[in-house]
Amino acid sequence: MRTVVDLTHCQGYAQCVFLAPKVFQLHGEEGLLYAPAVPDDQAERVRQAAAACPVQAILLGEEVSVDGR
Amino acid sequence: MDSDTLLARITDYVNRPNPYPLYAELREAGPVVRQADGSYLVGTYHEIAALLHDPRMSVDPRIRGETTHKPPFLRLDDPEHHRLRTLAMRPFGPPHSPGRVDAMRGEIDQLTEELMEPFQAGRQIDIVDDFAYPLPVTVICRLLGVPREDEPLFREWSDAIVASADVRPEEDSTERDEAGDQARSEMGRYLVDLAEKRRGKPSDDLLSAFANEPDPDRRLTQEELAETAVLLLIAGHETTVNLITNGVLTLLRQPEHLDQLRREPDLLPRAVEELLRYEPPVHMRERIPLADIDVAGTTIPEGTSVVLALASGNRDPKRFHEPDRFDPTRPDNQHLGFGSGIHLCYGAPLARIEAQAALGALIPHLGTARLVQDPPPYRQNAMLRGPRHLPIQL
Amino acid sequence: MAGDLRDGRIVIIGASLAGLRAAEALREEGFTGSLTVVGDEPHPPYDRPPLSKQVLLGLVAADSTGLPMRRDPDAEWRLGVRATGLDPLGKRVLLADGESVPYDRVLITTGTRARPWPKAEEAALDGVFTLRTREDAGGLAERLAAGPRRVLVIGGGFTGSEIASACRERGLDVTVAERGPAPLVGALGGTLSKLAAVMQRNHGVDLRTGVTVTTLRGDGSGRFSGAELSDGSRVEADVCVVALGAVRNVEWLADSGLAAGPRGIACDAGCRAFNMYGIVTDDIFVAGDVSRFPHPLFGYQMLSLEHWGNAVEQAEVAAHNMVNPGPLRRPHLALPTFWSTQFGLNIKSVGVPTFSDHVVIAQGSLEARRLAMVYGYQGRVTAAVTVDMAKSLDYYRHLIETAAPFPPPPGAADRAIAADIPVPSDVPDPKGLSHGPTVALTGYLPDRRLTVVQPRG
Repeated sequence: MRTVVDLTHCQGYAQCVFLAPKVFQLHGEEGLLYAPAVPDDQAERVRQAAAACPVQAILLGEEVSVDGR
Repeated sequence: MDSDTLLARITDYVNRPNPYPLYAELREAGPVVRQADGSYLVGTYHEIAALLHDPRMSVDPRIRGETTHKPPFLRLDDPEHHRLRTLAMRPFGPPHSPGRVDAMRGEIDQLTEELMEPFQAGRQIDIVDDFAYPLPVTVICRLLGVPREDEPLFREWSDAIVASADVRPEEDSTERDEAGDQARSEMGRYLVDLAEKRRGKPSDDLLSAFANEPDPDRRLTQEELAETAVLLLIAGHETTVNLITNGVLTLLRQPEHLDQLRREPDLLPRAVEELLRYEPPVHMRERIPLADIDVAGTTIPEGTSVVLALASGNRDPKRFHEPDRFDPTRPDNQHLGFGSGIHLCYGAPLARIEAQAALGALIPHLGTARLVQDPPPYRQNAMLRGPRHLPIQL
Repeated sequence: MAGDLRDGRIVIIGASLAGLRAAEALREEGFTGSLTVVGDEPHPPYDRPPLSKQVLLGLVAADSTGLPMRRDPDAEWRLGVRATGLDPLGKRVLLADGESVPYDRVLITTGTRARPWPKAEEAALDGVFTLRTREDAGGLAERLAAGPRRVLVIGGGFTGSEIASACRERGLDVTVAERGPAPLVGALGGTLSKLAAVMQRNHGVDLRTGVTVTTLRGDGSGRFSGAELSDGSRVEADVCVVALGAVRNVEWLADSGLAAGPRGIACDAGCRAFNMYGIVTDDIFVAGDVSRFPHPLFGYQMLSLEHWGNAVEQAEVAAHNMVNPGPLRRPHLALPTFWSTQFGLNIKSVGVPTFSDHVVIAQGSLEARRLAMVYGYQGRVTAAVTVDMAKSLDYYRHLIETAAPFPPPPGAADRAIAADIPVPSDVPDPKGLSHGPTVALTGYLPDRRLTVVQPRG
């Protein structure tokens, strides 16, 4: 699973950090850093984080597969 | 009926089971609706969201002379709000304690299991008294460092404080306010005493962390500690109970979604978010403009009470497609269940984990359950709305 | 007509953020035809902002920032091959491998590359880096992990400042050389650039302003060993990062007849490219960093933005307009927004700070390192920047969108003492800086009729 956070919309509520602290972390008071490649054992927590984001800025999905059509 | 009685009608106890038609009337009459007592009511999503982010909207009750003592951070404006909330956050969440809430999952699951032990098929239980109330109370007691057996004591204080903060436009609030103030000061003293006992002998809880802060710049005064601890204990114990109870009520009313969640447990986190939109534990918040402000063409004068009907914003068709439908797969669910802006619920992550644990454990046992009474009896409070009891037959 | 537009052949040139989001959006909009995505890098689309932050901090690997798909765009991916030309008459994209791909409509999302150090021989020294690609970030992160004596960062824009911040967080000595008077001054103006300078120095950065780097020196065996500065001083360092801004990838369009130049490819508010005569095309679309587009809130001037959010939003508008007939097309009117995390602070911007004559600190204070600064142009709010106050940004966004009067109305509980006293925004001429400004205001749109939204007067 991959994740990307739309930090344009992120307002630093840090709900994702509470729910999946091994993937998301605060840098300073409201800057957000995260691991784009989600370890399998964190996937459930990251799904919770994405659901909980107050500005719905967390996108989850599989990495683009480029094996052609 | 006249729209200037909307707040009175919304808060009228007879409408507690279903205030949603009144919210629809409010949005129709709005976005901003002046009430007979001079206050304003706002029920549309975009206007509420804008006001929650407007730095000119105060939460401080001292502005209107409602009290003279310094309230907890929930009712303080920046920069003082920011300072105290940040201090209160240090032992609870990021950036200083990012793993705190996550680490409570196992304990919460275990508590949930213990509470469910007596839930045998065929039995009648009260979801509130047997499950949705004891779970968050036990959790917040452990988190704060309050003895669980003192619950009857602080429940009484809590009832008085919450009643004093309720909106009841038709009623003289003097008596409620006095009772609330007294309860607040007694509860504050009780919590400060608990904290004092932990000075130098910290256990792993928030009161210990507050009492043993080594940096004098980050130490709460006794008054601040009392206000903060009272706030956290009450908030942790009066809201999540509604979220869990409303969840059971909603799923038993809509068995197709109960089935859906049983088949797809991965949907649970989103279902809890949808619940926060559809049946939020907190229905209204009050704000006071520090200047004359213009909202959608209406000027609200400085110092006027403005009630933001969060639960109405959550049902605004201009924001949510088919807002009156409970849909756990709803995309883009930016609900106002925890508010928004700088005062977004401090305990939101804990409430989420508790609700997910509670509903996740309960759902497999609700297959043949039915509501004994629908609508169930509600609590008096209109701001913190939820059933007083929810009897179900397993 | 609409049915036809949802079929046919669409080619997207550029396989990064804008290209991916456009491909997904085309399918979401109902496009059922063939879709080809051409990218010169060999990798599937990946995210770049983490490269100067968590990757340099050593928290995540450089090759782990692959972007998630919203949905599978069901595209043919031609990766690792550069587009070398566009034949608008024959409707073909020419590729470096000699092949060409026919199209009915094409979307150009070729973005930018790092501006290289101008002297190729010095740039080739081992230890001299730019930072744009996954490989750049991986190589630089490795060098930082090895513990160099000192890192020299040339350019105090956002990228240079983030690199310096990462170095300090890793405990590395770092020198930042900036030609302008302070870091970030080109993007944020005088007041906030002073805060940026204080933050850098407080965090132990050896910040040199008003200087240029004249020469990069090698140690005789091809390894970077230090640099000479215009003030006659010398910096001994093992690693040099050239952060002199970006170059738009437009050279391949030289013979296409499109209005493509150093500031990007000009397009209308519906993302349709102009040709060199200012005539709008209807089958060539542009999105992301490589585009220049008019914005009604900023005097219809042509904006070229290097913003993550703009790439996403413009790609979605372009995709919509590629499969919808004229009257159903949408303008790209999103407000420019960007963020940067550096030295423990979260800086967010909405609007166009360089489109300003005055600023006020509306909330908070410089001393508290927590504030909202509002930018005004001729009595109207045009931008806001928050430092660790992101929750306020939506309020100011609304003021910009409604062309609210500047200075903003009083009443904020945490308003600054000087909230009523605007000071000059002090945005320097971009030519005087060694980093490109994040927002450039250039030229004027010939065809106003393409924009539809007017701010309140």
